[in-house]
Amino acid sequence: MISTAPKPSEVIVPPQRHYLNAGYGVKSWLLTTDHKRIGLLYLASITLFFFLGGAFATIIRLELATPAGDLVSSENYNKFFTMHGVVMIFFFLIPSVPAVLGNFLIPLMIGAKDVAFPRLNLLSWYVYNIGAIITLYAIIAGGVDTGWTFYAPLSTTYSNTNVMATGVGIFITGFSSILTGLNFIVTIHTLRAPGLTWLKMPLFLWAHYATSLIQVLGTPVIAITILLLAFERAVHVGIFDPALGGDPVLFQHLFWFYSHPAVYIMILPSMGIVSEIVATFVRKNIFGYKFIAFSSIAIAVFGFLVWGHHMFVSSQSVYAGMVFSFLSMAVAIPSAVKVFNWTATLYKSSVSYQTPMLYAFGFIGLFTIGGLTGLFLAALGFDVHVHDTYFVVAHFHYIMVGGAIMGYLGGLHYWWPKISGRMYPEGWAKLGVLTIFVGFNLTFFPQFLLGYMGMPRRYHAYSEEFQVLNVMSSAGASILAVGYLLPMIYLIWSMRYGPVASANPWPSTGLEWRTSSPPPPENFEKTPVVTWHAYEFKPRDQAEIVGEF
Amino acid sequence: MSEHIVPIKIYLSIWLTLMVLTGVTIWVAYYDLKQFSVIVALSIAVFKALLVVLYFMHVRYSSRLTKVIIAAGVFWLIILIALTFSDYWTRNWQAAF
Repeated sequence: MISTAPKPSEVIVPPQRHYLNAGYGVKSWLLTTDHKRIGLLYLASITLFFFLGGAFATIIRLELATPAGDLVSSENYNKFFTMHGVVMIFFFLIPSVPAVLGNFLIPLMIGAKDVAFPRLNLLSWYVYNIGAIITLYAIIAGGVDTGWTFYAPLSTTYSNTNVMATGVGIFITGFSSILTGLNFIVTIHTLRAPGLTWLKMPLFLWAHYATSLIQVLGTPVIAITILLLAFERAVHVGIFDPALGGDPVLFQHLFWFYSHPAVYIMILPSMGIVSEIVATFVRKNIFGYKFIAFSSIAIAVFGFLVWGHHMFVSSQSVYAGMVFSFLSMAVAIPSAVKVFNWTATLYKSSVSYQTPMLYAFGFIGLFTIGGLTGLFLAALGFDVHVHDTYFVVAHFHYIMVGGAIMGYLGGLHYWWPKISGRMYPEGWAKLGVLTIFVGFNLTFFPQFLLGYMGMPRRYHAYSEEFQVLNVMSSAGASILAVGYLLPMIYLIWSMRYGPVASANPWPSTGLEWRTSSPPPPENFEKTPVVTWHAYEFKPRDQAEIVGEF
Repeated sequence: MSEHIVPIKIYLSIWLTLMVLTGVTIWVAYYDLKQFSVIVALSIAVFKALLVVLYFMHVRYSSRLTKVIIAAGVFWLIILIALTFSDYWTRNWQAAF
């Protein structure tokens, strides 16, 4: 067992000079080009939106505790679930891991001083916030009720809510996503330390490279779609309205061309985190390194070929449906490759059950359930039965919350010593991960049953026979809320009162662990030379790493 | 990275070509070419876009990696169009059995 707290005999002295004390005051943060500080700026912004999105979810779960629509009107209910989706997807999940942990870690992991375009990096944070403020305005001005999918003709013709302002907010925020992706692609191509070849890179970097490709290639399409929607809504150009010569199903094609790969923007970085955590906490070379690395790229590419599975009952041609059904089944292969390789890495290993590893276990289990139910939905016949029911809601929450957020929190804990220079309280952290796991499953597993029984999504009232499962779901949501509040409290607490962390507390092999915690502003005292593979561990009793500092 | 200096003459001639082609697009629009009118208009537009990407965006003088990235963008556009049309082209197919 590797102790997370320093032994009394070895007093850890924090570095004299690091990125957190390199400058104080608001200006030193708002005008910074240090990727580590920009990562923390993003952390603040997205945490705010996470709790805003959570507040909307709370209203939804409170309303659904009883069969009657007695808490909010149906119109307002439409707005609450729409704003829950918009905020959580565009303003939390998509930027979450790349913009916070990716920003903080990519230059450290490749042994660089910063990203390739540091000022563009800061610009992306400002662009994100401008989009976020416009969307906040839309919410405060009365909200939007189209669902986060903005389907035409509701969004283009019939909705009287703030569709335009929300669209503008998302349009602008999309550029921050493109800038981040572009920056990462160029950084990984051009700034790797001497000796760090592609196949020596940590899998976190492969996952982020694949994610960045999706961000750069997919996001422009959602921007164009929003523009077309705005043209039709404002000046009645016939794109989606059949009366004007358009086609509403075209909207769904364009929307899902981005929004399905967007799910991989959310999940791929978390997969990268899990690869790092699994290798570190079993102290073994990861099984099937190349398979995991290239499966990330395969997911990024195949992810663009499956969008039609959202449209099986939209009047899309059955033949196209068959093609999309087959391709959707195919995308399960690279995802399964990852799960099997993590499992093979765990096989006959001695696992250190620390908090990040518990999050990784949570990810593997919940992502597997989410992924397998995705295969149910990719089957044409079954999808007709459960389309637009709670089965779909449960499925994508297992991916986005059970998968993406578990990975995000696991990564936040794993690298917290590096980010803050302090250890978090392990006992509280374990309580937190357990609470989240229990709360999550109690919230969303009943929704699989509800959907299978036929409860449709997006209604504020439902038949009485669905109440028991809905009460379970709402009860689970309250446990989940406590689970999410816990890390926020103890992580902030640990920044001041946590024990001082060593440079490499777990210990792990990556370059980011070969500089002080927290790192100096320029990351490394001198440019590192990489002579080892990403996961070259010595046995546990010689708890150290290979290679020279 | 070394910056390639493009003589101003090339910029001007590309600009002139773009202007002329805009004129051609307008001129062609007055003739009814039946099913070819869309093809002609799109061909001119694609050629113009190519000139902008190659010269104004300096892709012609860029590294192979940049060219690969641009090609990927075009390839992704083809995916978008091809799979969308897998829907539109097969909507009226009769069941074979």
